[in-house]
Amino acid sequence: MSKDVLVINERVQGENPDLTFELIGKAKEIAGILGGSVGVVVIGDLSGTEAFGAADRIYTVEHDALTSGYSSQVWEEAVLAVVESVQPKLILFGTGTIGIDLAGSIAKRVGGPIASYVIDLAVEGDDVVATSQLYGGKLLAESVLEGDTVVASVIAGSFPSEAGKSGGSPEVVSVSAPSSLGSLSLIPGSVKEPDKTGVDITTSDLLVSVGRGVGSQANIEMLQELADAFKVPLSASRPVIDQGWLPKPHQVGKSGKKVKPKVYLAFGISGAPEHLEGMRSSEMIIACNTDPKAPIFEVAHYGTTLDLFDLVPEILEKLEA
Amino acid sequence: MKVRRIEKGGALKIVVGMRQLADLVEELEVADSGVDIDRDFVKFVSNEWDEAALEEALLIKEAVGGEVVVIALDEPDVDQTLYSAIAKGADRAVKIVGVEEGWTPTRLRAQLLSKWLKSEGDWDAFLTGVQAADDLDGQLAGLIGATLGVPHAAVVSKAEPEGSSLRITQELGGGTLSESVATGKVVLGIQAGRQAPRYAPITRIRQAMSTSTIETFDAQEIDLGPGPKVRKIYPPQSKGQATMLDGDPVEVAEKIVELIRAKGLVR
Ligand SMILES: Cc1cc2nc3c(=O)[nH]c(=O)nc-3n(C[C@H](O)[C@H](O)[C@H](O)COP(=O)(O)OP(=O)(O)OC[C@H]3O[C@@H](n4cnc5c(N)ncnc54)[C@H](O)[C@@H]3O)c2cc1C
Ligand SMILES: Nc1ncnc2c1ncn2[C@@H]1O[C@H](COP(=O)(O)O)[C@@H](O)[C@H]1O
Repeated sequence: MSKDVLVINERVQGENPDLTFELIGKAKEIAGILGGSVGVVVIGDLSGTEAFGAADRIYTVEHDALTSGYSSQVWEEAVLAVVESVQPKLILFGTGTIGIDLAGSIAKRVGGPIASYVIDLAVEGDDVVATSQLYGGKLLAESVLEGDTVVASVIAGSFPSEAGKSGGSPEVVSVSAPSSLGSLSLIPGSVKEPDKTGVDITTSDLLVSVGRGVGSQANIEMLQELADAFKVPLSASRPVIDQGWLPKPHQVGKSGKKVKPKVYLAFGISGAPEHLEGMRSSEMIIACNTDPKAPIFEVAHYGTTLDLFDLVPEILEKLEA
Repeated sequence: MKVRRIEKGGALKIVVGMRQLADLVEELEVADSGVDIDRDFVKFVSNEWDEAALEEALLIKEAVGGEVVVIALDEPDVDQTLYSAIAKGADRAVKIVGVEEGWTPTRLRAQLLSKWLKSEGDWDAFLTGVQAADDLDGQLAGLIGATLGVPHAAVVSKAEPEGSSLRITQELGGGTLSESVATGKVVLGIQAGRQAPRYAPITRIRQAMSTSTIETFDAQEIDLGPGPKVRKIYPPQSKGQATMLDGDPVEVAEKIVELIRAKGLVR
């Protein structure tokens, strides 16, 4: 067993996610303590690997099944091939689709423990200690990961990405593709770019944003009125979109848009990590949530526990005055 | 696999794994043990993503026929969830009994469900929520897939029947979608159904309670294997980030408008 740390680059196409660099930075720190090296696993699109200069090694797997699209099965087999050849101490995924998809199955297949939703990692003796978010960020769990190979999937924004960006010239190691890629039952198809039509919430200096706390589609009307009064778009958390109360382009977060307005007004949004991922770097966040323990108050600059149904009409009143 | 499906005329047998969770809107206290929440006073509700999985399963059945079976571990108020699934259109409900109360690691959940799935045998797809709020040791879909040696996909927003296959749409983040086609048995973690979960009227739930029975399956001895050893659970140290705005709605509204005005965003 090695003392290496392996980072999985979650890119199917497009740019390398910033999260990969966050993970490389942390991997370097951990590998430094363990006395191992840092490898980055690059699958599919092999362009742009020079960005991973901070790593010691880049592992690639080449196979026809990996040249287009994404299938969890294809990626799992490819990642596992690298893992089996490197036998790392620690495997780092992000909590993106690929991390959610593969971290658990890879851990299960290598017979190691996994911690998800990780926001911090440390080394204690031979073990890795992970701090994870539970219950949408309302609680944290500290757990010890014992074993030859352990797995963590990390929430975006947990570590600075700078430390993962400085350049060297890593060795590129091509791992031979596993024969399992020749007999697939989950066949990759096309990848579709996001729909560019509809409202653009990313360019507004002010956003009025609404969450499930609004209770119903009918109640959205009041928040729409507020957005109209400010002459800005109405944005929303994912459940509002999934309920069909607003169209997808309005969604802020991991699977929606990343926004960075001067002021973000959040009404009835709890502040789940996937939502925060999309708006936490707003210049000023003002949150209205009746639950004083709601995680949104950890990132908000100003907060109120008033009921949104009492507050919003008064803001409207104020604006009309 | 394929042959059998064609024999059934394309109909699919979909199993939906559901579970109960502490309602996040509630105050969650850490138990005296320091490694779990205090379960005595919290309200347990059905995991919202499992409800999305159930909706997707019902849509598949409506399109090609077949059967929807819901399965859950015996957890607080789970009967309500199972009967409501039947009221919405599920054909059978199964409860795994004999599991110790408390926080069930996802890995244990996966192994128990896998035992049942193995014993049942003839299902085509297992759908469950993409995540649950207390997932620490991975997500259920990936763990079940790896346990059974069946391919899986998570963060799925569509699972549409197509001939004898399922066309899977996954969200890769930022609105990018990826498609793949499952030609055999598959395990899916559902992020959102093609439509919001349907609503089961209370009369239908009552009817389900009087006309259907929940099957039971005895939990078996499990060799859990290595998992994370939780040594403490605690609320995040408040960074005291947010300045709370005091006053009645009129006063708070005034302060908010003032903050926005100071940024030059309102006259
Ligand atoms: C892979 C993945 C991707 C995801 N991507 C996204 C994403 O892009 N964007 C996103 O937002 N989520 C995303 N989610 C979902 C995320 O986990 C949360 O479920 C979601 O953010 C919660 O939305 P919410 O805060 O509106 O709802 P809830 O968590 O239900 O919060 C509602 C809040 O409203 C408050 N409230 C209730 N009534 C009132 C009232 N009258 N006045 C004031 N406050 C009130 C409550 O106290 C509560 O805190 C994703 C999840 C997964 C698994
Ligand atoms: N009385 C109700 N209780 C719970 N959910 C409901 C109720 N009425 C509608 N819903 C659900 O709420 C969502 C939005 O409903 P609607 O705004 O009526 O389209 C849908 O998923 C409905 O099934």
